[in-house]
Amino acid sequence: MHKRLRTIVGAALTTVAVTAALAGCSSSTGGTGGGGGNADQVDAALKAGGTLTYWSWTPSGAAQVAAFEKAYPKVKVKLVNAGTGNDEYTKLQNAVKAGSGAPDVAQVEYFALPQFALADSLTDLSQYGFDDLKSKYTSGTWGSVDLDGKLYGLPQDSGPMAMFYNKTLFDKYSIAVPKTWDEYIAAAKKLHKADPSAYINSDTGDAGFTTSMIWQAGGRPFKVDGTKVTVNLQDEGTKKWADTWNELVENKLLAQTPGFTDDWYKQLAGGEIATQISGAWFPGVIESGAKGGSGDWAVAPIPTYDGKTAVTAENGGGAQVVMKQSKNQALAAGFVKWLNSSDGSVNTFLASGGFPSTTATLTSSDFLATKPDYFSKQPINEVLKGASDSVASGWQYLPFQVYANSIYADTVGQSYANFSDINTGLKAWQSALVKYGNEQGFTVSAK
Amino acid sequence: MSSRAIQATRSGRTRRGKQTGWLFVAPFMVVLVAMLIVPIGYALYLSLFRDQLIGGNHFVGFANYIQLVQDSKFWSSFLRVLIFLVIQVPVMLILALVAALALDSARLHAAGFFRIAIFLPYAVPGVVAALIWGFIYGPQFGLTGSFNDLLGSDLLKPFTSTWILTSIGNIVTWEFLGYNMIIFFAALRVVPTELYEAASLDGAGSLRTIISIKLPALRGAIVIATIFSIIGSFQLFNEPNLLKTLAPNVIGTFFTPNMYAYNLSFAGQQFNYSATVAIVMGVITAVIAYVVQVRGTRQENR
Amino acid sequence: MSALTTPEVIPEERRAGSRSLRKAARRPGPSGYRDKKSLGLTAVMVIFLVYSLVPLFYLLVNSTKSQDSLLASFGLWFGDGFHMFQNIHDVFTYNGGIFLTWFRNTLLYVVVGAGGATLLATLAGYGLAKFRFTGRRAVFAVVLGSIAIPGTALAVPTFLLFSHLGLTNTPWAIILPSLISPFGLYLVWTYAVDAIPEELLEAARIDGAGEIRIFFTIAIRLLTPGIVTVLLFSVVATWNNYFLPLIMLSDPKWYPLTVGLNQWSQQANGVAADPIYNLVVTGSLITIVPIVVVFLLLQRYWQSGLGAGGVKM
Repeated sequence: MHKRLRTIVGAALTTVAVTAALAGCSSSTGGTGGGGGNADQVDAALKAGGTLTYWSWTPSGAAQVAAFEKAYPKVKVKLVNAGTGNDEYTKLQNAVKAGSGAPDVAQVEYFALPQFALADSLTDLSQYGFDDLKSKYTSGTWGSVDLDGKLYGLPQDSGPMAMFYNKTLFDKYSIAVPKTWDEYIAAAKKLHKADPSAYINSDTGDAGFTTSMIWQAGGRPFKVDGTKVTVNLQDEGTKKWADTWNELVENKLLAQTPGFTDDWYKQLAGGEIATQISGAWFPGVIESGAKGGSGDWAVAPIPTYDGKTAVTAENGGGAQVVMKQSKNQALAAGFVKWLNSSDGSVNTFLASGGFPSTTATLTSSDFLATKPDYFSKQPINEVLKGASDSVASGWQYLPFQVYANSIYADTVGQSYANFSDINTGLKAWQSALVKYGNEQGFTVSAK
Repeated sequence: MSSRAIQATRSGRTRRGKQTGWLFVAPFMVVLVAMLIVPIGYALYLSLFRDQLIGGNHFVGFANYIQLVQDSKFWSSFLRVLIFLVIQVPVMLILALVAALALDSARLHAAGFFRIAIFLPYAVPGVVAALIWGFIYGPQFGLTGSFNDLLGSDLLKPFTSTWILTSIGNIVTWEFLGYNMIIFFAALRVVPTELYEAASLDGAGSLRTIISIKLPALRGAIVIATIFSIIGSFQLFNEPNLLKTLAPNVIGTFFTPNMYAYNLSFAGQQFNYSATVAIVMGVITAVIAYVVQVRGTRQENR
Repeated sequence: MSALTTPEVIPEERRAGSRSLRKAARRPGPSGYRDKKSLGLTAVMVIFLVYSLVPLFYLLVNSTKSQDSLLASFGLWFGDGFHMFQNIHDVFTYNGGIFLTWFRNTLLYVVVGAGGATLLATLAGYGLAKFRFTGRRAVFAVVLGSIAIPGTALAVPTFLLFSHLGLTNTPWAIILPSLISPFGLYLVWTYAVDAIPEELLEAARIDGAGEIRIFFTIAIRLLTPGIVTVLLFSVVATWNNYFLPLIMLSDPKWYPLTVGLNQWSQQANGVAADPIYNLVVTGSLITIVPIVVVFLLLQRYWQSGLGAGGVKM
């Protein structure tokens, strides 16, 4: 009974805290365990030791934890794979709601981070002086964890978008590598005409891909200022992307195979999907999932609208965050710092096929000289590093982006399913988001 | 069945204290109350509030119910499972009936093998069933793809909106056909031999025997199988939820009422509204199950 | 002729007790005296058979393939090489042998959950069948009502309740809700009405045996086919349980096989995608085997047990 009472009181307090934080109370040091920390506290905590729970689905997680425990023998880290992406967020959200059960450290993708930051469930790491680490990371990833002057995590990886393409297939039908989206559409038509079973790309509608493409096109559909949110999925950039992509959707030039399915891997390997516009982490995916395509694939910069200025967006990637429920936030912060800035950890992560967020790694000669067999010894990281340098700035996700993405298929997905104007779907998405946001107490306006 | 079961006990013992029965029933009832009645009560309580991400928890009376009545998403999901139910349940039960009658006819070779083999899918977890059929349905490289290549057409498209209910219905039928067959078969087995002998003396053919002896004897089993199938249909979740990754645009977040409730809670944090959906679906299911039961029993007493 | 059309005769017959039930289950067949085997009928049943077994065959065939040949070969036939033993080895060693943990969890949930559900249902079914007591009709109504309530509809409120009590992400979150089997109670109840003759109980009471002792020495033995049936169906229900653990558990160390397998299948998704379809397929096969074996071993019991319950409604 006591426990239950405590939980209820705890929940009530959390609610108060959320309200206070949202009302503009600028104190960044709420929470229970680690108010007013500083950099020395982290070192002291690492020396003193303790036990941490860490939620992550990164394949290199176990190796990283083992290396960390070796470096800090007094700290024990319990690694838990609580699910991939949304599955984990659901559980994390439940733990936040229940007031207990959250880990000390969790992996959270950039798009989901504002949602947890807003619920006041994350520790502000700037209290430990982690602001100083800014120069270590690419500006795109830092901007994703540094929200409204608070540092909610340290970047693990990044996903600057590039174009991965099946060079063998392009050569076979003598199609030039497209530099603009117009050329890309022309290539799509030419390819499909030459081989009706081959498609330029596979896309049945994916929220993460859509938002990244809008980002690249210069659209900034979500504007967030505290609890005031503006949604405009018909701004200039968004429309620019939608009108371009309509050419592919309405003319049925996209393979109707959802990403990451059995069929998708088979089509990637078998030369039926010619390109993927994807984050720089994609080589790891295709190498492990579509071994049959080895030697066929290459990478080029993402096409642009004007064919002149290189511009791209982030797609995927995420950070490690410290949960406010953690009983030992300083120690958790120490672990996160080691995880995402020490050479040993970052290299372990790279070896598992990830793409880094740290500038030192991105510019290191070893990294740039990597020539994977899968890509016929193309030094792919040179291209991807270029992408990393040209990520457009100023993008914001919604503070309820996880929910937004969950209803994407109900709205925009319907346009894809009917091979009709994506703008119609985007408008439906927008009105659903405005409705939901207002129901949840945000002030959401459609502009 | 109620009156009969109760009557049968009437002869039971009443002398040594009236409450001995509770000794046996109490443990079950305690857990039932804790795991069923309390959650129902809590759901009712929740359905009267609205908890926002910003702004906290408020008492809203019946606002959630009013919203639900006007919620086209809910009704479209309800309509979908209703259509599913009206088609899938009869198809499955008739197939199960045919199989059970065939097993019972004693005119099958290797009847025992058929019985257990057809029953096997029931032992396959729904998750695994959906995974297997998901592979099979694959329009490019699954069996469906091979089949289409063979015909040189795009005849089978399991993941399109026109086919998806059939695809899911097929999985559910596959899982529960054998189960229902066994229920019917077991019911047929306890039909007393004398009845058949009498029928045989009267010169009744096998079709006649089926219509006048076997089907009436199966009525109880059919009613119970129907009720469980109705409940199962209204609760449809695992199969569509797992196929969603393969057909994201066709299976939306409100494809079935149960998926709607799940997504409201766990994607949208709308726990209160989700509880409202759960309660309304519970009431609808209970009412329909009750009606089927009453009608089934009334016909029996005709 | 009248005997033909009045099904009311049947209950009278059935009331004769469990011995005649078992005898009925063993009889050669209703029309045994003129059982010409029919090829046509057998052919029809072969269609049913193919339908039921093809997906299982698919599972079997594909569990012999490696991840690469799974993608490269035709689904209904064997691919290059025979990798089944390698796959089985990998299933049990992948990720530090987590599959074994899931297997153990599933066993725990089945033994405690299904076992407990069967015990509670047996006790209560017997109590309802053989005793009259105050509130009996109310119990009857509640049980019947709860059969009709969709279990999954309660999942969300139960989750919230459990999280207040700190029970989520513990085995209790899976075991406690699975302790309730209204259908099991109903089955034992209808079975007990017929299977336990009043005279036997009376005789035991005259000998001075207590009610508990009577239950454990006499009743349980007579109820065995019914109990085995309830046990089997509870075992299947807990073995196949997916929705509840999906909601309740966040730590894979408490996952049952179903949720674990789905996590493996989800692993093909996203930034760090690492598809292991071969392990998903082989793991699925391994998940099915024990439950199939149990069904085969106990089929005599559950078929006669069902015969009693299923027809009574």
